[in-house]
Amino acid sequence: MELNMSKVKSICSPSHLRNFYEKFGLPRLIICLFLLGLFILAFIMKMDLTILLSASLDRIGMNGLLVLAMLPTLVTGVGLNFGLPVGFVCGLVGGVISMEYDLTGFTGLFTAMLCALPLALLTGYLYAALLERVRGQEMMVGTYVGFAVVAGMCIFWLTAPFKNPSMVWAIGGKGLRVTLTLYEHYSKILNNFLAFKLFGVNIPTGLLLFFGFFCWLAHLFFRTRTGMAMVATGANPMYAMSSGINVRRMRYISVMMSNALAALGAVVYAQSYGFLQLYTAPLYMAFPAVAAALIGGATLKKATVGHIIIGAVLFQTLLTIALPVTQTVLQGTDISEIARMIISNGMILYALTRNERG
Amino acid sequence: MPEFSVLELKNITKSYFGNTVLKGINLSVKPGEIHAIVGENGAGKSTLMNLIFGMPVIHDTGGFEGDIIMDGQVVKINSPRQAMELGIGMVHQEFMLIPGFTVMENIKLNREPTKPNLVSKILGSNMETLDYAAMRQDSIRALEKLGLEIDENAYVSRLPVGYMQFVEIAREIDKKRARVIVFDEPTAVLAESEANHLITAMKRLAEQGISILFITHRLDEVMACSDTISILRDGELVKTLTREETSVEEIAELMVGRKVERGQLPSRSVEPDDDDIILELKDLTVEMPGERVRGLDLKVRRGEILGIGGLAGQGKVGIANGVMGLYPATGEVIKDGEALKLNDPKAALDAKMAFVSEDRRGVGLLLDESIAVNIVLTSIEAQNKFLRRTILPGVHLLDQKAVREYALKIIKDLDIRCTGPNQPVRRLSGGNQQKVCLARAFSLEPEILWVSEPTRGIDIGAKQLVLDLLVHFNREYGMTIIMTSSELNELRRICDRIALVYRGKVAGILKPDASDLDFGLMISGKQPVKEVG
Repeated sequence: MELNMSKVKSICSPSHLRNFYEKFGLPRLIICLFLLGLFILAFIMKMDLTILLSASLDRIGMNGLLVLAMLPTLVTGVGLNFGLPVGFVCGLVGGVISMEYDLTGFTGLFTAMLCALPLALLTGYLYAALLERVRGQEMMVGTYVGFAVVAGMCIFWLTAPFKNPSMVWAIGGKGLRVTLTLYEHYSKILNNFLAFKLFGVNIPTGLLLFFGFFCWLAHLFFRTRTGMAMVATGANPMYAMSSGINVRRMRYISVMMSNALAALGAVVYAQSYGFLQLYTAPLYMAFPAVAAALIGGATLKKATVGHIIIGAVLFQTLLTIALPVTQTVLQGTDISEIARMIISNGMILYALTRNERG
Repeated sequence: MPEFSVLELKNITKSYFGNTVLKGINLSVKPGEIHAIVGENGAGKSTLMNLIFGMPVIHDTGGFEGDIIMDGQVVKINSPRQAMELGIGMVHQEFMLIPGFTVMENIKLNREPTKPNLVSKILGSNMETLDYAAMRQDSIRALEKLGLEIDENAYVSRLPVGYMQFVEIAREIDKKRARVIVFDEPTAVLAESEANHLITAMKRLAEQGISILFITHRLDEVMACSDTISILRDGELVKTLTREETSVEEIAELMVGRKVERGQLPSRSVEPDDDDIILELKDLTVEMPGERVRGLDLKVRRGEILGIGGLAGQGKVGIANGVMGLYPATGEVIKDGEALKLNDPKAALDAKMAFVSEDRRGVGLLLDESIAVNIVLTSIEAQNKFLRRTILPGVHLLDQKAVREYALKIIKDLDIRCTGPNQPVRRLSGGNQQKVCLARAFSLEPEILWVSEPTRGIDIGAKQLVLDLLVHFNREYGMTIIMTSSELNELRRICDRIALVYRGKVAGILKPDASDLDFGLMISGKQPVKEVG
């Protein structure tokens, strides 16, 4: 009993509170307060909170894997994977292949993933080799690699020999359309798996489970020998080297993992959205994911699965809630898109300039 | 030689954060005198020179006590600029030259003679044209003073290293009122012939009435050129001597001399034997910047504590880093009769060797990770320890329970002061961080433990603990320990033999109870009276 009392006291002590504050960080505190404010506002405006919450959960699951893709490269010190579109287009290629053969349901979904994976690992290897040559500027180079790949893929989408009439341009019969609907294939299949309603909130069980499963895998991975070697590589390359770790190899592995996660994330994203968006759609895919990871508390020095989950939840909820609430408050003006840009880009800017010294 | 002094230091005392590095230094320099200041690393030479030259590091750390007197007047030198105005110049260890400029441009940089032109008449003197003819004349004059024939139009980047030093000196003497020039270990980067050339140039300058403060630890150079020699040791001026009345031997002894308290070390069951060699280095070269090893040979006996001493920059630190694969190395390393694969840290670890780096924060630790992780990570990676099986074959996960138990045990054994195994090592004191580094190496259960500068930057109490720990490892577990240190004193306290490194090679091996004279001589590259070991 005494022990319990002292424990309670120590948790409430100022030093503990400060510790908590330092761990949680100012940006997260601001975002949380902002979110809370939005919820209160939504409540006052008599908006349907259940719809907002359902949409938030959808978006968290939909984007989760893409945020998780930031983790491996952050951990090994390669930085934020701004080249996310490289993996993302691999996922799209997988999706298109699965669609070409008119596969539906889970068969379609997993075929898309299985086609995307080897492609993502291969391109991940090449991408890693490039990043290795530009050590220290991975993030900037990655951004432009992402842009370049998206542009290059535009040619692929136009010229690739796909035949399925539901995918190619109706006139001419050649080249893929800009947006392919997955309605007859595997649209929302993860979202609806075991989905149920809780107090009117729609819980996309399958989607969240899928994200959770990968988070759990990542968590376990960082307890394996390779995973710990990656942590050491990021924390102090010289320590890693002196421990007999092949630093270069770890960096390669991290980029390939990130790329593979981005590819899977693309398929999940597409099934949840209901469409495969080709051509320039993946262009800015990296930025929301980057912002989410940073909001979650990941830094260029240290990142954990926890940061990723917190980030995905906070950032996506914020985006989902901010849009309709601001729309209602400021009748007629579409400020939500602007707010979204300010928040996500502002967050990236903030986190990248605040490069803590060791 | 005139009797008055151009520069006089009176009772100079300087401390960094309560750590006194200079104690009551009195020194006077006469015009045209070459005044050598010798001492071991950390004796206070550089601090003294920084102080004279008004380097910001002095004032940022609370200034100093005592007076600097020039021409009988107390002067305040708060910045290098003021020092220059007073006629004090400095030739740095590292060259401060612009490679893409010519010799002439470097000499006259920021002090160029200029001619007014149309633009400058309107926009002010900053827009005046450089007077190349005058610059050329000045440069030639300065270079002539040094007795040097180089083309003043040559680009500095194309010059051999030795010549860059001369350009630097030429710049100092070109300053109109240069009266005292400080040479901070100018020969450290020079080849022998270049060094001789430099000494000749210094003598020429002295003849022209310029005083020279010559900081070095090469005793033969001191004897070759200086008029007066001051010896610093542990921040104190031990003695000022004239060259005529002293000898290399006396200087060496004064430089090193201090009482060595070598306590009674625990005895061993088996004494190390010359016939039982655990490790042999043959013609080892290591490309470690600033600490190059150049064809070094060394034999290590099983079960001994071997010290590696020597002055900074002579290569002693490079040996361990090269053998452990952290810096590119060539040559042969033979452990227990088998050649070790070089440039491969994993191979070195597999050969049952462990390394505690001199760069504790840079190489030794993951500062933001916990004590436990720091201790076990290398063992996990190199030896697959602390892992447990899972239901999936081939997949092993961290055994957190085992890690925690081991960390708790080693924290107790090594007396690491912390709040628990989960505390990040960044929050620990230097001494405790060092213990974590030792624990990291220890958990590899090495046969050979390389330890570099184990007591650098930790307080005196902790120093003793770390040394005791090394002796404990050696006696209890029979680890062969190779300890590199700049502090001869601590090497002499616990080592069985001490190898002294000079210019990237072993100058000789001494017993710890050898005389101060022998140590002093060998550390500066001279052969002592007799060699042991």
